[in-house]
Amino acid sequence: MTKEADLRADDALDIDPFEAAMELGGTKGRSPWEDAWHRLLKNRAAVSSAIIMAAMVVLVIAGPWMIGWEGDFTDWDHTSAPPSIETGHWFGTDAVGRDILVRTLEGGRISLLVGLVATLVSLAIGVTYGSIAGFYGGRTDRVMMRIVDIIYALPFMFFVILLMVVFGRNIILIFVAIGAVNWLDMARIVRGQTLSLKNMEFVEAARACGVGRLDIIRRHIVPNLLGVVMVYVTLTIPQVILVESFLSFLGLGVQEPMSSWGALVNDGAQDMESAPWTLVFPALFLSVTLYCFNYIGDGLRDALDPKDRL
Amino acid sequence: MIQNHGILRHAAQRLLGVIPTMLLLITVVFFLVRVAPGGPFDSEKALPPEIQANLEAKYHLDEPLLQQYFRYLGQIIVLDFGPSFQYKDWTVNELIAEGFPVSLTVGGLAMLLAFVVGTLVGITAALKQNSPVDYGTMGFAMLGISIPNFVVAPLLILLFAVYAGLLPAGGWDWSVKRMVLPVVTLALPVIAYIARLTRGSMIEVLHSNFIRTARAKGLPEREVIRRHALKPALLPVISFMGPATAGLITGSVVIERIYAIPGLGSYFVTGALNRDYTLVMGVVVFYGLLIILLNFVVDMLYAWLNPKIRYDERS
Repeated sequence: MTKEADLRADDALDIDPFEAAMELGGTKGRSPWEDAWHRLLKNRAAVSSAIIMAAMVVLVIAGPWMIGWEGDFTDWDHTSAPPSIETGHWFGTDAVGRDILVRTLEGGRISLLVGLVATLVSLAIGVTYGSIAGFYGGRTDRVMMRIVDIIYALPFMFFVILLMVVFGRNIILIFVAIGAVNWLDMARIVRGQTLSLKNMEFVEAARACGVGRLDIIRRHIVPNLLGVVMVYVTLTIPQVILVESFLSFLGLGVQEPMSSWGALVNDGAQDMESAPWTLVFPALFLSVTLYCFNYIGDGLRDALDPKDRL
Repeated sequence: MIQNHGILRHAAQRLLGVIPTMLLLITVVFFLVRVAPGGPFDSEKALPPEIQANLEAKYHLDEPLLQQYFRYLGQIIVLDFGPSFQYKDWTVNELIAEGFPVSLTVGGLAMLLAFVVGTLVGITAALKQNSPVDYGTMGFAMLGISIPNFVVAPLLILLFAVYAGLLPAGGWDWSVKRMVLPVVTLALPVIAYIARLTRGSMIEVLHSNFIRTARAKGLPEREVIRRHALKPALLPVISFMGPATAGLITGSVVIERIYAIPGLGSYFVTGALNRDYTLVMGVVVFYGLLIILLNFVVDMLYAWLNPKIRYDERS
């Protein structure tokens, strides 16, 4: 093919002049998401936290199958045994000879699961509530946000405890109770974001096309909330894990034979003088998880929040 | 004068907002407990029906629900939380009177410690922004936020009581020695939050125009901080006092249990584990009212300190 023919073929493709100009300059346009992604990757604390958390998740899910011990197996030959390679109990055992490593990993499954599910519950309530309040505006908004203010002033931990006392302890209730009291922040943030979105042209266009209000919220508002919501999901997960551990620590959360990090820390604290490893390992896993999630959340906020962009 | 008027009106408005919050709190707590499966007198051995009836009559459990509700509401207004179901000879008021001073002492000291240390650390970090000092303290602050109270407490006991033998591991006799560990444990996360808050707002304030002016007229840096930057930088900390108190109260539940302190929090947990409904309701309502009132006070304090707020503009 000759050069001329080549040129003509290019013309026929009808190239967007803007894009062509960008390629000519050797720069590629970056979407805000790519921008955020690059900012996030530069945040070393957030990236290492994310890697640690990924490893933690894999470990917690796959770990219990790979280790030779069952979580509820009591090894009477080695009760309160210190960590050692020879006995096969790498993290030691508790007072009735259960392997701490397996129990820590199994407890992690519950803790992380509670963190995820309860966060999803609060996410669903918060996003629905906040986007409706923000989009409808006016009196609806005022009443809805006033309700949030009122609930906000209540001592929410005490409510969760009250719920556990009243309805007995079961894991589903823990999910719902924690999620149901944790949606307030999400609702507030989503509402604020919706307020700034709802007057934009694309919403107006949708409205002009005759799309219903709930459909606009579902199809046009909610997808654009993704960034903010992501940040608060990462910050809610550790809060929820903390609440669940707190309850379990007090003996109001998950019950034997199930276990969570909070319950294990409680067990460990009982005989920490004779067997400190029963306290230290679950405490370490719990703390590392919370620490990492907080850093990831912080990193995401810095990356996605246009306010602090320099 | 006009501005004072605005603040008064704002206070009145806020006070009007406090009442429905309190009402909601009491209502939710009351009905939650009433729909609970199982009564407080359910035991393994069924009581003879006459005794059951007498007990229910004594605690007014035989009345219609709505009547019970208004009775309870009337009681709360005069701050009477009724008898405890489990501690037979005690009223909830007596239990609160017994436990609350202890909790208040620990919580108050923790708050004081958190405020002083938190702001100092925050200011130091802000003044040395992006230095190793800054990164170090903020890393520690993140630790303080991330590691829960109930992990820190046993570890501190292990270190200072079991291994070093410096401090008692728990118990309560109003001595300073026994207060150190609980107060420090309770204060740590609050210190961390306040330090982060102070750092952030201080950095923001230091970049504002009035600080540039103060520097331009030749004030030494120390004076710039003390006379101009400090007050606006501490405003967010003031508004954090409300949530901080709520956090301290929640934390005290765990701390009192671990350090075996006979405060209100430990009564609450015991009540919760024993299904002592009146006690649990009483403590939730008591602490709820306390937090709502404190939020109100903090709000007023904030309005009074913040020159940017002019309440007469609001309608």
